[in-house]
Amino acid sequence: MCVVCGCGSDEDHAQEHALGHTHVAHSHASATPVDLRGTGGDLHYGQGGATAHVPGLSPQRVVQIEADVLGANQRLADRNRAHFLAHGVTAYNLMSGPGSGKTTLLCASMTALQQRAPDLPLAVIEGDQQTTLDADRIRATGASAIQVNTGRGCHLDAQMVGDAFARLDLHAHVHHHSHQADGHTHGHSHTHSRGPEALLFIENVGNLVCPALWDLGEAAKVVILSVTEGDDKPLKYPDMFAAATLMVINKIDLLPYVSFDVARCIDAARRINPDIQVLQLSATRGDGMAQWLDWLLQSPAH
Amino acid sequence: MHELSLASEIVRMVEASAAREHFRQVGTLRLEAGALAGVEVSALRFALEAMVAGTCLEGAVIEIDEPPGRALCSQCAAEVTVASRADPCPLCQGYQLKVLSGGALRVVDLLVVDE
Repeated sequence: MCVVCGCGSDEDHAQEHALGHTHVAHSHASATPVDLRGTGGDLHYGQGGATAHVPGLSPQRVVQIEADVLGANQRLADRNRAHFLAHGVTAYNLMSGPGSGKTTLLCASMTALQQRAPDLPLAVIEGDQQTTLDADRIRATGASAIQVNTGRGCHLDAQMVGDAFARLDLHAHVHHHSHQADGHTHGHSHTHSRGPEALLFIENVGNLVCPALWDLGEAAKVVILSVTEGDDKPLKYPDMFAAATLMVINKIDLLPYVSFDVARCIDAARRINPDIQVLQLSATRGDGMAQWLDWLLQSPAH
Repeated sequence: MHELSLASEIVRMVEASAAREHFRQVGTLRLEAGALAGVEVSALRFALEAMVAGTCLEGAVIEIDEPPGRALCSQCAAEVTVASRADPCPLCQGYQLKVLSGGALRVVDLLVVDE
């Protein structure tokens, strides 16, 4: 109850009820704000102990927000996902720490996919803080690539991916046969019984922490870990491994030279994420690349 | 470091609310950062304090609730509390856990001063 006006127990603020009825929190300025939230628009004055008016301060009220901070990104990611689906595009979000060999794996994948599925459109969205070096490497394989430089940003978000996708050849190419004549409606339905009609790889900023939180609209998140990094990484960066559908253990050609216990690494990843799938490969030597392509080309449902 | 992006989004959400709900100043901002949200609360607070100047959040008290992570252990068929996604079930020490709550970062409400 308010020690100044006693509002907790009488009709003094009936007018406020009548006028506002939602979130009117009465004129208290208190060091420890009282939770006045109620259900169904009701008001609950006087809860949480006595407070006092501070003369001269304006009336305060509670504004309910109750919203996820990542909600705006999620809406854009959902839009990307619907867009990809309408275009028959299966998108993979590739994440890892810097230096795991993501770009080398992507370049090797482009070359191998061009041989195995020559008619399959391929594109890459390259996320880095600076430079177009990675996109240049991808373009050298003949695949189309868009570089997204985040500046100081430590991850890609759904807005960046949506903007980048709109600029890709992949968008225009598949656009041509998957949209209705009456404009940009995404009513076309794909059954995906024969696998993806196009592949989009999103190489996230090299970082094992932040990218895990941002849904980009991908069909699956892939975390890449190289054997030079340490087999305990899943335990150290659990959020990333919890979010991933597939863990790729890269650079296995270097296993004889490093103290990386593959079984221990897989065990650690499955502790975090019992459902995580695992592939081992060497992008430079070619080990495991066939299984990696199988995985990429399977039905997008995974 | 993604806390900077999250703080920026929080400021944007509050400013949008100010335009919609017609208030000029936030007295208190209440957030909820679950233990499994992947958010470093001290970094989030630091980032918010660095970017509220000139906004309706300038001078506001920032309260951050940190609800624990809750998960379902499929071996125990019980709901348990975990501090991280790397934690085992406290009952059976197993890792067959499915997170139920504590994974969200949310803006709960604002105590505001009207125009």
